[in-house]
Amino acid sequence: MKGQRFLGLAYLAPYIIGLLVFTAVPFLASLYLSFTDYDLLSAPEWVGWDNFKKLFTRDRTFWKSLNVTLLYVFITVPLKLAFALFIAAILNYRLRFINFFRTAFYVPSILGGSIAIAVLWRYMFASEGLVNMALGTVGLAPVDWFGDPGNALFTITLLRCWQFGSAMVIFLAALQSIDKSLYEAAAIDGASKTRIFFYITLPLLTPVIFFNLIMQMVQAFQEFNGPYIITQGGPLKSTYLLPLYIYDEAFKKFDMGYASAIAWVLFVIIMVLTLIAFWSSKKWVYYAGDKRS
Amino acid sequence: MDMQAFNDAQAARRARLMMLQQSIRYVLLFAVGLVMLYPLIWLVGASFKTNSEIFAGAGFLPRNPTLDGYIHGWQTSTPYTFGRFFWNSFLIILPKVIGTAISCTLAAYAFARFDFPLKKVFFVSVIAILLLPNVVTRIPQYILFRDFGWLDTFLPLWVPSALAGDAFFVFMLVQFLRSLPSDMEEAARVDGANSLQTLLYIVVPMLAPALISVCLFQFMWTMNDFLGPLIYLSSVDKYPVSLALKLSIDTTEAFEWNRILAMSVLTIAPALIIFFAAQRYFIEGISAGGVKG
Repeated sequence: MKGQRFLGLAYLAPYIIGLLVFTAVPFLASLYLSFTDYDLLSAPEWVGWDNFKKLFTRDRTFWKSLNVTLLYVFITVPLKLAFALFIAAILNYRLRFINFFRTAFYVPSILGGSIAIAVLWRYMFASEGLVNMALGTVGLAPVDWFGDPGNALFTITLLRCWQFGSAMVIFLAALQSIDKSLYEAAAIDGASKTRIFFYITLPLLTPVIFFNLIMQMVQAFQEFNGPYIITQGGPLKSTYLLPLYIYDEAFKKFDMGYASAIAWVLFVIIMVLTLIAFWSSKKWVYYAGDKRS
Repeated sequence: MDMQAFNDAQAARRARLMMLQQSIRYVLLFAVGLVMLYPLIWLVGASFKTNSEIFAGAGFLPRNPTLDGYIHGWQTSTPYTFGRFFWNSFLIILPKVIGTAISCTLAAYAFARFDFPLKKVFFVSVIAILLLPNVVTRIPQYILFRDFGWLDTFLPLWVPSALAGDAFFVFMLVQFLRSLPSDMEEAARVDGANSLQTLLYIVVPMLAPALISVCLFQFMWTMNDFLGPLIYLSSVDKYPVSLALKLSIDTTEAFEWNRILAMSVLTIAPALIIFFAAQRYFIEGISAGGVKG
């Protein structure tokens, strides 16, 4: 389309304005703010590395919160993805009612981060709630889910694993697109089902595993609704994830500079892990038609 | 034993094994399905229970069904009923969904059908926004909206989306549009249609299935959104249902569980109804682009 070089830009104009005003400028502004002391009332005051120094040397809440966040992400994401892949692999057999199961498993994801589900979780894991009653009927002792710092974080992990549906739907779509002749060839060569899964299915799935891994990780690092409603960060800050800490510093204490510094630390962690994932993907992600195959 | 009988016995054994494996899969899927759906079934059942019954057993059927929770929960402890909060949610969602659909279509049209300066850079920015954690831009955005005088209005919730700020939808529509042939558009252009007419009369009808997915996902996410309204809205008369539910947890007497459960059911009802009415679009949308959630 010659002579229309700028027509595309015209159609893109709303996006470009949004990109600049609501993403690019705030992104840089937040970096600037992290080096300031700013309470919204007087102008930001440049304090150099002070926020970061305080964060890393004197702020025990930050270390606790960082610890809890990493623990949460490293438990939740693999657990959720493994479960999603496992169920998708089962659904991929020729079963009846596959649409019914797919829908049933997807419903919790639709409700996503809704407050109602967090409320439900609070009731379910209460000391006399559904979960402890269920444990009782199979003869197990009730668990103090919210009183014990060792357990509370796990209830949020369970909530997010319960919502494995969207990752599962992506896995299932990828599984169904695998060329059936590959399986037939392997079966003729006498490969067992386990071998077929690990040597054919899994390598072909690595691109979607990679995609799901990145998306779920970025999301898990920003978990807010779950701990905010279910545990309020407690007990003993055992569910006080960094987004909660940032929220408290920014919108309760109005310490915008310090909150921005925490946000940037969180951002750098996410970015480094994402880059590691991208970098390592060259070693484990298989793309069809690739020379390395 | 002759060869024929041996082979038959082998085949029968293999068939039995297959049957057994298949049964195990069904049992497993039903068990997982139960775990997925029982909390929701229990939630609905418990919302009709009396407060003394809610923590008295794991069953979901209320012994003495009562609408008490709904009647009192609807009234809330504020001067407004839940009707007001549903109306607010609607006022937030409708412009946001329309703005998203229009702006993301324009952006996708630009990316998929035009060549223009810096196209690659802008497309990389879509991916970058997709991966950028919101947590890092949130504080400057808040300050920006404060300077605009938009705090405690719906504008901070509407405008970024109306400028194609939800990069995921742009990405999804670009992928979809690229997969469609452009013969029809070229024919229209030969017939003298300009690019806007082509967009409206040829591209939008072809994009319709993907656009429906976009609208549905945006509806769900906005309905469930909690942090946005929490930060930007301060007067109760503007609260959407997610905030109102949190408010009723904080203000309802500790033992009035059925009110909160009843309102939880109401807040997830619209999302569930829409999901069951249009699940095809969700599953297709999610399988096509991959999605968060």
